[in-house]
Amino acid sequence: MTFINYASREINCKIVYYGPGLCGKTTNLQWIYEKTNPNAKGKLISLATETDRTLFFDFLPLELGTVRGFKTRFHLYTVPGQVFYDASRKLILKGVDGVIFVADSQVERMDANVEAIENLMVNLKSQGYDLLNIPYVLQLNKRDLPNVATVDEMKQALQRKNPGEPVYEACAARGTGVFETLKGVAKLVLADLTKTQ
Amino acid sequence: MAAPDIVMYEEEFNQIKGIIAKLRVDANSKVVFLVDKNGQQIAAHGDIENLDTTSLASLTAGNVAATDGLARLIGEKEFSILFHEGEKDNIHISIVASRVILVVIFDERSSLGLVRLRVKKASEELNRVFSNIMAKVEKERASTGTTFESPFAEITDEDIDSLFS
Ligand SMILES: Nc1nc2c(ncn2[C@@H]2O[C@H](COP(=O)(O)OP(=O)(O)O)[C@@H](O)[C@H]2O)c(=O)[nH]1
Ligand SMILES: [Mg+2]
Repeated sequence: MTFINYASREINCKIVYYGPGLCGKTTNLQWIYEKTNPNAKGKLISLATETDRTLFFDFLPLELGTVRGFKTRFHLYTVPGQVFYDASRKLILKGVDGVIFVADSQVERMDANVEAIENLMVNLKSQGYDLLNIPYVLQLNKRDLPNVATVDEMKQALQRKNPGEPVYEACAARGTGVFETLKGVAKLVLADLTKTQ
Repeated sequence: MAAPDIVMYEEEFNQIKGIIAKLRVDANSKVVFLVDKNGQQIAAHGDIENLDTTSLASLTAGNVAATDGLARLIGEKEFSILFHEGEKDNIHISIVASRVILVVIFDERSSLGLVRLRVKKASEELNRVFSNIMAKVEKERASTGTTFESPFAEITDEDIDSLFS
């Protein structure tokens, strides 16, 4: 649910990073936080367990600048990946404007990726959204590891749209592909505002 | 899209700012702010210079969402008021017009009773304003098919790049 303030000429959009546990969602946010100009970002908030696993969400507000006279803010959220946090994941999808699915490229995580995408579709539906109709991109993360599935295999297993959703290869730990992915979804979100509802 | 977008127009924005400024004085409180249920700040008033209002907004919405979830688990529709008591400062959280969160931060110069009383009155006024906004949005949607004239009709890669530069 984009919040448009004509009075102060602001647009706020909510973007959610989704994916199985340990795929690198929090790492994406940390990289964005580190590389963003101090006056363009707020605090990175992590509601995490003592062992640094996301408990409820991570949150990073970005105030990037003006497009066409509107101050544009992105609120980035991650969800907790573990299966038993499903209720929390649903809450975070409320009012989402765009979703980035972060897939773990390691062969042994492919089942977890597929399960998480199915879970995303179900949870979006419970909030009244359809994955096929919302701004959505796919990030193939951890491309630096030796035991990864090929890009084609991953597209085959994980793409849901026709024509396929945009795919970005990434190594979030080193920052590769992180901003490309965010830009990709940002563009879809802003372009989507023009669609008739 | 499932929920209609919130759109804020100049007229209602000024009314809202007026209502929360008055509430701050009437309730003898430090800060009053309004957040939508997704965590986006709508307006804030009071001693906010040293307050991270963006984080406050997001955490408040997370708090309300989690509490709503709890309420439904035990068969309640929602808990309409949340109250957190600290050593010095307290937070009073309530839902307005089913979709907006009103937050009042106060210390020993005020009291829970006074805050509740004043919040009740301000909520009625805010309810009216938000009904007006929804009516306007509906009217706009009916006449044009869209909620608003998007400034991004032809957004380009350059626009996006300049945003992230
Ligand atoms: N090798 C490698 N490790 C990564 C990459 N991205 C994240 N990680 C590591 O994967 C682990 C889980 O990352 P985290 O961001 O906490 O996952 P989350 O559960 O999705 O939030 C951490 O140890 C990260 O350092 C990557 O691109 N390559
Ligand atoms: Mg995490």
